Amino acid sequence: MASLRHWLSPRWQLFLMRLRSFTREPSATFWVFGFPLLMSIALGLAFRNQGATRLTVAVVDGARQAAVMATLGAAEGLAPQALPLAEAREALRRGKVALVVVPDAEPRLLLDPTQPEGRTARLLVSDALQRSAGRVDPLVVEEEKVSAPGARYIDFLIPGLLGFGIMSSSIWGLGWALVQMRMGKLLKRFAATPMRKTDFLSAFAAARLLLACLETLFFVAFARWIFDVRVAGSLPLFLGWALLGSLCFAGISALVASRAENSETASGLMNLVTLPMTVLSGVFFSASHFPGWMQPVLRLLPLTALIDGLRAVATDGAPLLALLRPGLVLVTWGALAFALAVRWFRWV
Amino acid sequence: MTALAIEVEGLVKRFGDVVAVDGLDLTVRTGACLGLLGPNGAGKTTTVEILEGLQRPTAGRVSVLGRSWDRDAAAIRSRIGVALQETRFHEKLTVEETVTLFRSFYPRGVAVDRVIGQVALEEKRNARYGTLSGGQKQRLALAVGLVADPELLFLDEPTTGLDPASRRDLWTVIEGLKGRGRTVVLTTHYMEEAAVLCDDIVIVDHGKVVARGTPSELVHSLGGEHLVEFVAEPALTAEALAAVPGLSGQRRREDTVTLSVQALHEAVPAVLRIAEAQGSRLSRLSTRAATLDDVFLALTGRTIAEAES
Repeated sequence: MASLRHWLSPRWQLFLMRLRSFTREPSATFWVFGFPLLMSIALGLAFRNQGATRLTVAVVDGARQAAVMATLGAAEGLAPQALPLAEAREALRRGKVALVVVPDAEPRLLLDPTQPEGRTARLLVSDALQRSAGRVDPLVVEEEKVSAPGARYIDFLIPGLLGFGIMSSSIWGLGWALVQMRMGKLLKRFAATPMRKTDFLSAFAAARLLLACLETLFFVAFARWIFDVRVAGSLPLFLGWALLGSLCFAGISALVASRAENSETASGLMNLVTLPMTVLSGVFFSASHFPGWMQPVLRLLPLTALIDGLRAVATDGAPLLALLRPGLVLVTWGALAFALAVRWFRWV
Repeated sequence: MTALAIEVEGLVKRFGDVVAVDGLDLTVRTGACLGLLGPNGAGKTTTVEILEGLQRPTAGRVSVLGRSWDRDAAAIRSRIGVALQETRFHEKLTVEETVTLFRSFYPRGVAVDRVIGQVALEEKRNARYGTLSGGQKQRLALAVGLVADPELLFLDEPTTGLDPASRRDLWTVIEGLKGRGRTVVLTTHYMEEAAVLCDDIVIVDHGKVVARGTPSELVHSLGGEHLVEFVAEPALTAEALAAVPGLSGQRRREDTVTLSVQALHEAVPAVLRIAEAQGSRLSRLSTRAATLDDVFLALTGRTIAEAES
């Protein structure tokens, strides 16, 4: 009897309705799990840290051209290219080559010393030519190659994409469902029963938390597996922060969907909320690129607060105490939006 | 227990400049099935939604199960059942899941299996809402309305948009729900539906009650239970037709003349005699029993179909 009463609890039944609508809708599964995965793979590939690049240098026509080409080609970090003098000068001027070698008995180098690439090329070229002419280095220098995890673009990108994913699935997933239910008069039908509005709200919030939890854990796992991106700080704090963000956006979503009567109005409003933050809140590049006078405003956006917190925990291992400011931003937005949504919500 | 399930006095509902309900009075006896009949836009749905507590009246007094929406909303909600004009339940939920969800909202009610049986959806118990036919969707809406075993059941246009066979199936189901002291309020713009299902009928037009009574009282109010319809060339004058025995009314719409009469065996020979005497040719002659459609036409000068176009 106790289990039946539990089974027939309105909160549990509403919670089940939300979960079923998610698990039985393949496109919802894709947008929450598949889309962020594909997005981070695509961006991860486009902005992967490339191996040490080779500098292109021109070798001008002359008696020893072939020998110099061979010497430079064998050296690390150089890509020699045979060119007539006039063309070589033009290529240097346009930045297509870092340096021009005139291969006489005493080789001459043409370069722009204000260009870092030119200065690097000068060191590499003269080093290679000297060694091939018989120089013996008195000292052997050993190198250790280091690429620090946490400093790559993908390490920056993954928390940004997670924040973006949580915003999208909260706003679209929840808001869309509410508007559909209003359009189909299901909300009106609920309003004609003794269902308590608080049961409805808490069931929807609980379902959102569960989905956001799965979404975050999935994201953390595949970022670790595919890109070796690790959460430097506490994983429970990282997860808790993501859940706080998803509750905040659930409130904003309920507000956006509180009066919309049709899907056109709703999608317009949702784009209006999500698109500016996608650009301004530092999903793909640091928001610090925007001018200084914009920074105080940007820091007040909920997505900025969510992403800043995720990045702080993931890359710097920040503790909870370091996150009070963005935490206050998320709580304020969420509470305000929920309060207004409850006040304005249209059931009929 | 009060003898009246619903009492409405001077109900008015305005939307801006539009008056949807214009001073409507209504009483429904406990245990009766009342039909609210009228064309689309007559104010039926607005009236019913006010009774269901979904809209607030602009003016007027409404009492449902002896209580008022202003003070006892929660108590009324747990004792009424509702099937809205059109509800799209969750596409991905099955029949059983949908009924269970709604059952969970009520402190008391009937078992989910029993309600599904009452509307004959046992075979579709595990089918998702999105896969149901129009008639099955309406039956599910009915099941959801019944799950609290309500004392008062509102059915708003339960068969609109269904094919005739599904409509008759649904009538059978609704017939089975009446009785045992349950009050039913049904809105429809199908006269036949009201005649089949309802004990009492209220005809509504332009937000007002234009007639009320049992189906047979309303038909009797025309004065004759039979109608004789014919087309004569040249037309027969109204004065000449006044001699038809048992005549209680005549109407002309284009070329067709409709006479309300009491006895066909007296009226039809009389019409033939008058036509012969005037040298008219009858190009059509038919008789039928009077229906609620004729009542509406007599009251408003329009058929329901015309009122909707």
